[in-house]
Amino acid sequence: MDDIVLRGEEISFSYDGCKVLKDCSFIVKHGDFAAVVGSNGAGKSTLLKICLGLLKPDSGKVWLFGKVLDKFEAWEKIGYVPQRILTLNIGFPATVEEVVSAPLYAKKQNKKLSKQERESLIYKSLEQVGMESYRKRLIGRLSAGQQQRIFIAKALVSGPKLLFLDEPTTGIDNETEEDFYNLLNKLNKEDGITIVMVTHDYTDIKSMVSRVIQLNEGGIIDNIRKTEGGDKK
Amino acid sequence: MIEILQYEFMQRAFIAGIMVAVTCPLIGIFIVLKRLSMIGDTLSHASLAGIAAGMLWGFYPFWGALAFSVTGAIAIEKLRKTFSKYEEISNSIILSTGIGLAVVMIGLAKGFNTDLMGYLFGSIAAVNSQDIYIMSALSLVIILSVIVLYKKLFYIAFDEEGAQISGISVDFLNIYLTILTALTVVVSMRIVGVFMVSSMLVIPVAAAIQAGTGFIKTMILSVVFALISVVLGLILSYYLDIAPGGTIVLLSVLILLIVIFTKGIKKEK
Repeated sequence: MDDIVLRGEEISFSYDGCKVLKDCSFIVKHGDFAAVVGSNGAGKSTLLKICLGLLKPDSGKVWLFGKVLDKFEAWEKIGYVPQRILTLNIGFPATVEEVVSAPLYAKKQNKKLSKQERESLIYKSLEQVGMESYRKRLIGRLSAGQQQRIFIAKALVSGPKLLFLDEPTTGIDNETEEDFYNLLNKLNKEDGITIVMVTHDYTDIKSMVSRVIQLNEGGIIDNIRKTEGGDKK
Repeated sequence: MIEILQYEFMQRAFIAGIMVAVTCPLIGIFIVLKRLSMIGDTLSHASLAGIAAGMLWGFYPFWGALAFSVTGAIAIEKLRKTFSKYEEISNSIILSTGIGLAVVMIGLAKGFNTDLMGYLFGSIAAVNSQDIYIMSALSLVIILSVIVLYKKLFYIAFDEEGAQISGISVDFLNIYLTILTALTVVVSMRIVGVFMVSSMLVIPVAAAIQAGTGFIKTMILSVVFALISVVLGLILSYYLDIAPGGTIVLLSVLILLIVIFTKGIKKEK
């Protein structure tokens, strides 16, 4: 029971009177690489936003690390990588370092960090995604794949245990996409970060994924952990 | 330069101008990056209603401008929630209400007078000591707020959802930024005039963004551009006897054009 890092129970959500999610229940365990899959409009991104507290469900509850979402405070344990294409204004005047350091100023406990500690955290997170030599570059002048790596570094800088990604490869070419998935696999297998990723097509990452949360017309039809000996809940 | 500084009214104009040049880009950079450039226009029209109220009922117009622009700022944020799918509507509603109230009150006050023209288009001679005290207090609040909050405001401007997930009080800071914008409008209206406040919030920032550098450098550069426009604008307006607001804004547009032109030449090379 303790190794459940994310639990959703009977979550329903409607948008302008239209039911998007209906009684969705699921779990994600520590160390999982979970893919949230389903057709367009199935409510995948909505479910992710509910898990992150960005949207309030009509009914149902979410638990993060055993705490009900309303009472959850350890947000440094959570990383979030949005859809790059929807988020980034390419003319935004910011260096990679400025972008990656942003979450370090969000929480009170981080105010105690010295300049050197901050710089070391920034360097470490950029190193994790192989972008440590790009610190001083402008975010808007990087390629799509590089920008997405920077978004991951930003999510990693506070040392999260659970990383949410919302269709992170939108607008990225196939070759870069493969590199990107390998990076996520490394973060999951080597660094022990639990991953929950919304994707419309998970054929390319089938071998990496350990859990599938399949959404179909607003309801979860599968929440299966894949194991070598066969699938189980 | 030394000669014009011998006059007390010019000293006051320069002090006021420097406050405008520092505060406008400091707040402007966040509203530009959040794509809310129109908000300056909206709040300056709300402040015009406050100025008109002051003239009509005989109280100090600065207080009226402050009360109306801050009320307008809060109303914009409330309306933005009501019209969440058409957020720009909130700006139009407050702008229309502000200009409507201003026109009615100016009418009741029996039309325009010189003081009102000073507020509309900016004036060197009109800045008095009381204005300077209030502008200094407001500028202090604005500058200290930016020093304390700029990292969080930066994060919200870059990735609002990410900021919220990190534990930043996004809703509160959005309202606070709008209120700071209202204070900046009030600081600026005496020198650049109600009609041109918005330009000072946006144009120096637009020029600095064109320079293509990081956030902190862009912020500093936008203040430098604004300072050049204001100081040169005040000198020109004194010697040529022209309205300071228009001169300052035209100079900032000129700086923007120079930056764009220089950038174009560098690209061709």
